[in-house]
Amino acid sequence: MSGEDVLISVRGLRTQFGDHVVHDDLDLDIRRGEILGVVGGSGTGKTVMMNAILGLMTPAAGEIRLNGRLFDEMSTAERRRVDSRWGVLFQNGALFTSLNVLENVMAPLREHVDMPISLMEEIAGMKIGLAGLQPEAATRFPAELSGGMRKRVALARALALDPEILFLDEPTAGLDPIGAAAFDSLVLELSRALGLTIMMITHDLDSLYAICDRVAVLADKRVEVVAPLRELLDHPHPWIQEYFHGPRGRAALAGKEI
Amino acid sequence: MRGETVITADPAGLTVREDGRRTVLEPSGDWLVDTVGVQDAAIRAVEENSEPGDIVIDLDGLGRIDTAGAYLLGRATRRCSEPDGDIHYRGDHPTARRLIEEVRSRTTICQPESEPVFGFMGATARIGAGLEAAWMEAVDTMAFFGRTVTTGLRMAAQPWRFRLTPTVWAMEEVGVNALPIVAVLSFFIGAVVAYMGANLLRSVGFSVFTVELVGIAVLREFGVLITAIMLAGRSDSAFTASIGAMKMQQEIDAMRVLGLDPYEALVMPRVVACVLMTPLLTFGAMISGIFGGMLVAWSAQDISPTLFITRFHSELDWSHFWVGMSKAPVFGLVVAIIGCRQGMQVRGDVESLGRRVTASVVQSIFTVIVLEALFAMMYLELGI
Repeated sequence: MSGEDVLISVRGLRTQFGDHVVHDDLDLDIRRGEILGVVGGSGTGKTVMMNAILGLMTPAAGEIRLNGRLFDEMSTAERRRVDSRWGVLFQNGALFTSLNVLENVMAPLREHVDMPISLMEEIAGMKIGLAGLQPEAATRFPAELSGGMRKRVALARALALDPEILFLDEPTAGLDPIGAAAFDSLVLELSRALGLTIMMITHDLDSLYAICDRVAVLADKRVEVVAPLRELLDHPHPWIQEYFHGPRGRAALAGKEI
Repeated sequence: MRGETVITADPAGLTVREDGRRTVLEPSGDWLVDTVGVQDAAIRAVEENSEPGDIVIDLDGLGRIDTAGAYLLGRATRRCSEPDGDIHYRGDHPTARRLIEEVRSRTTICQPESEPVFGFMGATARIGAGLEAAWMEAVDTMAFFGRTVTTGLRMAAQPWRFRLTPTVWAMEEVGVNALPIVAVLSFFIGAVVAYMGANLLRSVGFSVFTVELVGIAVLREFGVLITAIMLAGRSDSAFTASIGAMKMQQEIDAMRVLGLDPYEALVMPRVVACVLMTPLLTFGAMISGIFGGMLVAWSAQDISPTLFITRFHSELDWSHFWVGMSKAPVFGLVVAIIGCRQGMQVRGDVESLGRRVTASVVQSIFTVIVLEALFAMMYLELGI
């Protein structure tokens, strides 16, 4: 392990569905306090990797450590405490459809925190505002929300417990450019103010330029390279060249003017 | 920090001190989401007892803070004209002030939800709303029925629009696959009727009337009723669930924009299948019910199958059979219409799917039994 303050380390991860190997011998370090972007072509297993780290699927091989502790060695109680310290925004929101927005955001508070219900409601309302939603949205149900609003509710729920680690799976997909930019600045502000560690899967080149400290590229069943974006631009791997120097990559780069 | 998976937090403390005109809040410990719950009441007391402009927050003793803690601390000065002004803060903290301001700038306090009404007014309001909903359901079901009839008439005029494959599939689902369970149920009902009658009739010496009892009961009422109730529990719920799931996945919308009429593609095959298969199922139920009654009559009362069948032919009129059969397509139609309509009513959430499936089964069994009673009165008046 390097001298950096590594929060989550993945070593030799192998995941497969039947005969189909998604990752083979994948290594990744997530440092404390950084915003790590994860990119890769469709089907390279970005979400699968996130699920493996979250413990939602059991990898075929490899070890995942949090603060140097192996997940497999943790007790149930310890695991539960860890679960309450990270927030996850799933790709399609994964809101509870039978609960309204406020109840969705309150759900983790009810589960993990001992405080008066009225304060819980206020804090949930605050998170809803923090995620950029109007207070009128609080009593609506997920089925009545637009895709972008659902993303924001999911973010509010992910933030409900003030997690130390935030996993975002394509948070800006489906948002309009203005909303996406506001989302980026919100994530950046939160991570700086709260010292959050964020792993963000994204296809949004603007997000990568705007907020990510480092970017991990998934290709050929492993993490091909992890580096700050500037260094990535010169990486010789053909997919990376295509990704950052294709028409969209150039447009985003021009907008940023690095 | 390292080596521990989770950092344990110090409990949040709060000292409130009067300093001349000002109220000084001295938070201590960690103000985190796990710990601030206990300070809610204390902050509320400060809000009520102090002028908002006079509140000063001393940040020196504060440990770690997150957005929940920042929200709670910031709530004390929320009503000030200038809540972020320097007069409200003392001492240094690396993140607290910035976080409190950040939280406040992005938050508008939610309006409290309207209080639910209890007591007599609440109860009458609920009864009224329930009755209105029931009435609207009935009206909507009739509208759906009308829509299905017009679709059916259009198909009769343009028979090439009729979809044979889904209809045959639905007939297999509704009819063939349901036959075993309907037959078994009806067998037991026939047997029970024979038992009940046997005891009563033997006491007055008319054991042989068991034949008429079983025949009339099964042919007129039970055969078709058992079939309809099974259909409601088995096929009707499946219709609602499958159409409802399609509705949730926007498949129905996709069909519409592709120019497919969901009534033609989804509703008509199921309605036709139910109307055609219910009489056949009913026939199976009648045979099986009479068989059950015959076995009981034979074993409990020594009425041999030969005698049973001979008496059955000589004493029972064909009209009983036709009375039972005449109800079958009506029940099939009702069950199919209710199942499909409830499926179409499903909205985007899982809850509504469950609610609609329940409503579908309850409504169709209710309607079948009410219709059964109406039929009985009608045939009684007609003297059939």
